[in-house]
Amino acid sequence: MSTSSNNMALTGEPPKALNVQQKLATLLGMSGLGILVLALFNIDFPNKGLWLTISLVAISFGVIWFSWASYAHKHKGIKNDGVWFKSISSHGLWGWLSGIALTGFYIVLYFYPQYLGLVKDGDNQGVIALFDPLSKLLSGNPASQWFVYGTLYTVAILAFGIKFIWKYRHNTYEKIRTISVMFFQTAFAFLIPEIMARLNGDLPYYDFKNIWPLNYYNFEKYRITAFIDAGDIGLAMLIFGILSIFVITPILTYKFGKRWYCSWVCGCGGLAETAGDSFRHLSDKRLFAWNVERWVIHSVVVFVTLMTTAVVYSYLGNDSSKYWLTKSTFLIGVASILTAVFAWVMIYKREQLQKDAQYGAIGYFVIIAALLGFHFFSGDGNIFLFKAETLRKTYAFLIGAVFSGVIGVGLYPIFGNRVWCRFGCPMAAILGFQQKLFSKFRITTNGGQCISCGNCSTYCEQGIDVRAYAQKGENIVRSSCVGCGICSAVCPRGVLKLENGPLEGRINPTEVLLGNDVDLMDLVNKK
Amino acid sequence: MQQKLRHNVQQLIDMEHIVIIGNGIAGITAARHIRKLSDKKITIVSNETDFFFSRTALMYVYMGHMKFEHIQPYENWFWKKNRIDLVKGYVTNVDHTNKNLIFTEGEKIGYDKLIIATGSKPNKFGWPGQDLKGVQGLYSKQDLDLLEKNAPNNKVCKRAVIVGGGLIGIEMAEMLRSRNIPVTFLVRETSFWNGVLPDGESQMLNEHILEHHIDLRLETNLKEILSDENGHAKAVITDTGDTIECNVVGLTPGVSPNIDFLKESGIELGRGVKVNRYLETNIKDIYAIGDCAEQHESIGNRRPIEAVWYTGRMMGEALAQTICGNRMQYNPGHWFNSAKFLDIEYQTYGWVFSSQGKKKYEAHFHWRHPEEKICVTIAYQKDDRKFLGINTFGIRLRHEIFDRWLTEERSIDYVMEHLKDANFDPEFFADYENDIISKYNSDFATDITPRKKSWKRILNL
Ligand SMILES: Cc1cc2nc3c(=O)[nH]c(=O)nc-3n(C[C@H](O)[C@H](O)[C@H](O)COP(=O)(O)OP(=O)(O)OC[C@H]3O[C@@H](n4cnc5c(N)ncnc54)[C@H](O)[C@@H]3O)c2cc1C
Ligand code: SF4
Ligand code: SF4
Repeated sequence: MSTSSNNMALTGEPPKALNVQQKLATLLGMSGLGILVLALFNIDFPNKGLWLTISLVAISFGVIWFSWASYAHKHKGIKNDGVWFKSISSHGLWGWLSGIALTGFYIVLYFYPQYLGLVKDGDNQGVIALFDPLSKLLSGNPASQWFVYGTLYTVAILAFGIKFIWKYRHNTYEKIRTISVMFFQTAFAFLIPEIMARLNGDLPYYDFKNIWPLNYYNFEKYRITAFIDAGDIGLAMLIFGILSIFVITPILTYKFGKRWYCSWVCGCGGLAETAGDSFRHLSDKRLFAWNVERWVIHSVVVFVTLMTTAVVYSYLGNDSSKYWLTKSTFLIGVASILTAVFAWVMIYKREQLQKDAQYGAIGYFVIIAALLGFHFFSGDGNIFLFKAETLRKTYAFLIGAVFSGVIGVGLYPIFGNRVWCRFGCPMAAILGFQQKLFSKFRITTNGGQCISCGNCSTYCEQGIDVRAYAQKGENIVRSSCVGCGICSAVCPRGVLKLENGPLEGRINPTEVLLGNDVDLMDLVNKK
Repeated sequence: MQQKLRHNVQQLIDMEHIVIIGNGIAGITAARHIRKLSDKKITIVSNETDFFFSRTALMYVYMGHMKFEHIQPYENWFWKKNRIDLVKGYVTNVDHTNKNLIFTEGEKIGYDKLIIATGSKPNKFGWPGQDLKGVQGLYSKQDLDLLEKNAPNNKVCKRAVIVGGGLIGIEMAEMLRSRNIPVTFLVRETSFWNGVLPDGESQMLNEHILEHHIDLRLETNLKEILSDENGHAKAVITDTGDTIECNVVGLTPGVSPNIDFLKESGIELGRGVKVNRYLETNIKDIYAIGDCAEQHESIGNRRPIEAVWYTGRMMGEALAQTICGNRMQYNPGHWFNSAKFLDIEYQTYGWVFSSQGKKKYEAHFHWRHPEEKICVTIAYQKDDRKFLGINTFGIRLRHEIFDRWLTEERSIDYVMEHLKDANFDPEFFADYENDIISKYNSDFATDITPRKKSWKRILNL
């Protein structure tokens, strides 16, 4: 009997084989993509609006049909059968191929848009031209590579959002959260900026939910000028941008944890949670990865702070009689804010930060030293030896394009769906800092019920070893947790609950779990 | 001088060699806690795997939810870093006079203190054909590998028959169904697991099992397994006279302590290794914990052998104290347990007995959702309405709250009134407290209104 050849058989184990409906749905979706590819190779479609519609509809319905064929005939509940057998979701051939294809797409998008059909002074060609009718309908302008990208991005979040909702249809938290990201993507990232452009061409493109430092260019000179030139509305937008990070964010994070942003509002999170859901288990769970994460993400925060400061510094003047905000006042302002935060943390929250305190201190001193450096060693437009512009360009290239796009999304099938959010996003780092230090959010561990099975850790897209806490009976309070709720959903024993509660008792280190002798618990867990 | 001497003696005690047979949850918990409390030399022996893994999660590997590495709760470097030596090998006997373990090839390892944590093995009841190829239980990593070989897909395994209606039986059925393998499930009882669960719950699970296209045969026993010409199982015959063709037979009629290798050792054995409340055996410096330990007398309503994950862990926690000089009884708190039946999660706190096992003083309140597979059963004392325990299906409840209510000996009325405090379902889930309480009010002609959830009460602030 041929029993051990199962890994070579093409039919394979049932959970990894596609059923007929799924195959047809894949075909439909692929034909939609096919139209875009044909356009890419400069096949000239006669009625662009029609063909674009056909393409996008085919892609969307392909995905939705596929989900229907995957889940409709099954009971509601966890749908992870065969995840580690399927080539696409277990580093198999399809996983690598799609990783390479996606990465390639991002490289072209960021660095060679001309291959997509972008023409500097003239009519678009190729796939970008295919999107012209839609763009003109919305904003009145011809499409750009960013419009093409934004549209596909939105379609992906919507179609895969429906898939996600189907998959987790037993879980109201997941359903509501997904409707939220679908809404914010469609309305805030896609429609409103285009419509604003139509209503008032002077306003800079502004996705309101895209907050500095994720939106690292928000305070650059051309934008500030545009904001100010656009009058009251522009000024209001500028003020909103500043309030977003300094006032709105801390308040919401205090109440709900960083999840309010990372898995309810943010577009990067939105794509990760929907289109990226099939790859969440690929995140690296090793302690080593956690160490790398903390170094890298905090370096990005330092980098973006310095870069933004340098950029703003470079276009401010020296004469306080012309404008109250001068180079020196600005530097002093930045330094004072940072010092205030640093002092507050070190005085009141030190013990909660533990190891992170070191990173914080190092980061703080690097920035302060650099600020002093700006002041004493910088000439006009120059920061130290290089121009602020160089710093900005480097950031835009390394972090804005390569990290968040090419690696962050292109490599979903290799490193999991939240590589950018976990290792790179400075916004996530700042929110995480707030979450760890002053938030009501925690994942409560249900007494002694954990059986150490590992589902929670495996399916945590942020690579948090949730089990390490749960099996000790300890609540999970981690700065990187985006509150996706999947650990709680996949737990077969009902051990985890995301909730907002009092600060007291939020962190509860335990050694002996509930259920054992009360005297022993008192002895070992003495508070 | 004296201080130095004391220091040296302390070091000697510290360097005491603790050997643990078994790298399951019981042995590993003991080792971890001993390491936290002391510098003793620790060696763990197992013949199963190099590293500790979660036995409860074996099913997820076959189902493709996780790879085997994911069900290992600690990274491989953990053991070396914590100076816990791992030895792979099978212990054939214990020579307690010379304080030696003897291995298959005759090698020896000496110990100062020995912890036996060898777990269980699947029961076999002498059925004809029980040793054929394709017949297997599900306990060890080797069983998992064997199942992968016996039932890789529904071409090789056209049908499987599972014998024994317990937790492992239903897990095995779920596993095989995840690969679309038709499953017949033979259950001796009149209803699934009704030796443990009250009737309403057991009935709901029968329905759920059928919903998952598992061919559930109640009140049916295995008589014989038939062999094909290659010594491979080809069919089973039941006591109802049916012959069911199949390629795999899963035997899951419970487990018993894995202690045969100790028969000649002089350690007192019953069904398991006999221990007192300090988890000490009849022989000095030898202890037993986890599935393989048997209490001389049961503790409260618990069974003398408690083959569950949590008790292995609790015994490990308690014994580590004793080993490290703080002699401490195994004194478990309120009973709790959990499981998942296909899509339905189950939790229990305190004691709720089945119809057969129900105590004289015990009465039940039962609520079941009209459409969904959700229900709760609450046991209380007839005369004074003291709350005894709760079973919940499809609703998550807070362990801490029920533990506290049991300690405080609350009444069932109090539990009803504060039920919202105990809810542990994810945010935005539909809540059923109002429905439950209105059924309660109509059953008992009471007039209880549920109180709003209070963090103050929940966290005892
Ligand atoms: C499929 C399955 C699902 C389960 N699900 C649950 C659940 O959901 N909840 C729950 O509470 N419990 C569950 N259990 C029971 C739970 O897993 C056990 O109670 C627990 O694992 C026992 O732990 P232990 O440390 O006592 O022994 P074990 O985990 O059995 O470890 C004993 C180890 O000792 C080794 N060993 C034995 N003899 C020797 C020897 N002579 N020499 C060397 N090594 C030896 C064995 O190979 C084994 O590795 C489940 C069990 C199974 C099989
Ligand atoms: S810990 Fe849980 S909620 Fe947080 S990111 Fe990981 S899976 Fe999501
Ligand atoms: S999924 Fe649940 S039971 Fe499994 S390790 Fe995580 S918390 Fe524990």
